[in-house]
Amino acid sequence: MKDPVDVLIIGAGASGAAMAWSLAETKMHILCLEQGGWMNPAEYPSTGRDWEAKFYGEWSSSPNVRGRPEDYPINDDNSPIKVVNYNAVGGSTVMYTAHWPRLHPSDFKVKTLDGVADDWPIDYDALTPFFEENDRMMGTSGLSGDPLSPLTHPPMPQQPMGLSGAIIGKAMNERGWHWWPSDTTVATMDYEGRARCINLGHCTPACAQGAKSSTDITYWPHAIRAGVELRTHCRVREITTDENGMASGVVYYDKDGVEQFQPAHVVIIACNGVGTPRLLLNSASSRFPNGLANSSGLVGKNLMFHPYAQIYGYVKEPTDSNRAPPTCLWSKEWYDTDLSRGFVRGYGVQFVRGAGPVFEAVVSEQKGILPWGEEHHRAFRKLNGHRLGFSAICEDLPEEHNQVTLDPVLKDSHGIPAPKIDYTISENSRKMMEHALARGREVLETAGATDICINSPIPWGGWHLLGTARMGTDPERSVVNEWGRAHDVKNLFIVDGSIFVTSGGVNPTSTIQALALYIADQMKQRLANLFD
Amino acid sequence: MSEQLTLSPRQRQDLCTIAAMIVPASEEYRVPGADDGVIQADILATLGRDTRPVVAALEHLARLAGMPLADLAPDARNAVAQEFRKAGGAPAATLVRVVLQCYYRDDRVLRSLGIEQRAPFPKGHVLPDGDWTLLDPVKARGGALRRAP
Repeated sequence: MKDPVDVLIIGAGASGAAMAWSLAETKMHILCLEQGGWMNPAEYPSTGRDWEAKFYGEWSSSPNVRGRPEDYPINDDNSPIKVVNYNAVGGSTVMYTAHWPRLHPSDFKVKTLDGVADDWPIDYDALTPFFEENDRMMGTSGLSGDPLSPLTHPPMPQQPMGLSGAIIGKAMNERGWHWWPSDTTVATMDYEGRARCINLGHCTPACAQGAKSSTDITYWPHAIRAGVELRTHCRVREITTDENGMASGVVYYDKDGVEQFQPAHVVIIACNGVGTPRLLLNSASSRFPNGLANSSGLVGKNLMFHPYAQIYGYVKEPTDSNRAPPTCLWSKEWYDTDLSRGFVRGYGVQFVRGAGPVFEAVVSEQKGILPWGEEHHRAFRKLNGHRLGFSAICEDLPEEHNQVTLDPVLKDSHGIPAPKIDYTISENSRKMMEHALARGREVLETAGATDICINSPIPWGGWHLLGTARMGTDPERSVVNEWGRAHDVKNLFIVDGSIFVTSGGVNPTSTIQALALYIADQMKQRLANLFD
Repeated sequence: MSEQLTLSPRQRQDLCTIAAMIVPASEEYRVPGADDGVIQADILATLGRDTRPVVAALEHLARLAGMPLADLAPDARNAVAQEFRKAGGAPAATLVRVVLQCYYRDDRVLRSLGIEQRAPFPKGHVLPDGDWTLLDPVKARGGALRRAP
């Protein structure tokens, strides 16, 4: 049997990395098990001429399409939004847009303010120091002072406005609507060993320059230097418990596929809003017949995705196309509840600079605006390099029927039952999406765009995996308490997006990591009586 | 669906024919069609995981045409192509995507579009910083975050 570790973290992505780094100062023996491996930037798509083609295969955002050995399959047939993720050291921060808004203070009090869903058991102020700490660690760029966003202090200046940003800014000004340069985790100057952005252009599927922050190049080098052990290509099958109902360790498959048992005094799950409930449900036992930490019955329930309502069009002027990070500006004009719009809550907007030639051709052909035959060339030259996009990130409210369960048939390469997604878009979300599309059309038309197309929802847009092990003070209505500890298992913690109570209308990674740092801080303050 | 993992000569011929129907050569823009030998070789060399759906698409195309696609009269060929795109589902979409992704990385095509023929890394691109006075109206309007109790 292996020697027990003090703390075992499952997952080396956004939250697991932040957790490992923060706890390292305790000098405890900390081990992280990650099902993926270290990435090699020399193999990232932007290093090759076939960079766009790779998005349709080995660099697809969908694990089902990608099918790398590190991936596990997900049955999302019963969902209009498909799950996308990445499995490696760095997790989905390897493959994300680096858009870096925070949840707003009002997002933590939606029941009180709007009478829907539930309030969080913590507030924005509790997270403020951890947002700041995380921004320094991840290295953010942006412009402080946005009147409609929480105050941030990015250590680097904002991304260039570029051609696309100027067109969008003028159109938004003409409408009298709010816009602001986005906070991002794209380094705009050399920062902590990372080189500045040189506009490789399509940085969602990993940045060969290292300018886009991912935890394999931010938190992990620091955590490992501080003594944290990171074991890669180790897929955890289940969390075991002892006769007292405490977590005793995990069963996992090592890089050679050999089953191992790793005992631990504390287990921390950081596997995202799909992987975490999958693991808890796969850890059912005679003592926990409905899955571990699931006395509330809420493990896997309340899945929130953020339905994306995207609208785009083509202007006469050239846009940035694929020559820049995809997002540069945001708007919070429609973020807060205004019941005259016909729905409750709201959405953030991220503007999209453009697309590369292959993507433009493939998508436009599918949309029917790029014909076959003689007209193809003329039409393509009108479209390529002229696209502008408006993507609304619509707040998804928690609904128990939106859920992650275990698929009765589908299994991963180790024979572990795979997750199954059942998800529908609510009426409130649909109204919100329609509102966003109408506003997006107005912006685009103000900019002079034609050939307007819609993706609503973006089908491969299930980036944000939230709510499936929610936090709260009531053990009957939540899975973890207000500092991330499972109500049912006092040495089990959850630190990823699954503990979100509500989703807000922004990309969640900044808040996920701030939460992880907050929980780590809570643990450090309570080390003497952590299990009380 | 076929388990065939390579394209037969007839399927290569049909792929070439349908590719030219998708993207024909253009003297005006000085670009080859997608039936060009170099582009076709690129398609065949890089099919990889797309081979199976492309084979399925070509089997569907062969059923619709009943003979080599190139041997059909132009009107009949166009009708087959339209039906193929309309009813071909995911395999047809994959075939079209494979044609386009190889076409739009060909040096001659990129040159015609004014795009440099290189990988993005390590040279990257230069963006104009822009006129940030555009933000002045937003700053002047101000605003406030919704208060949380």
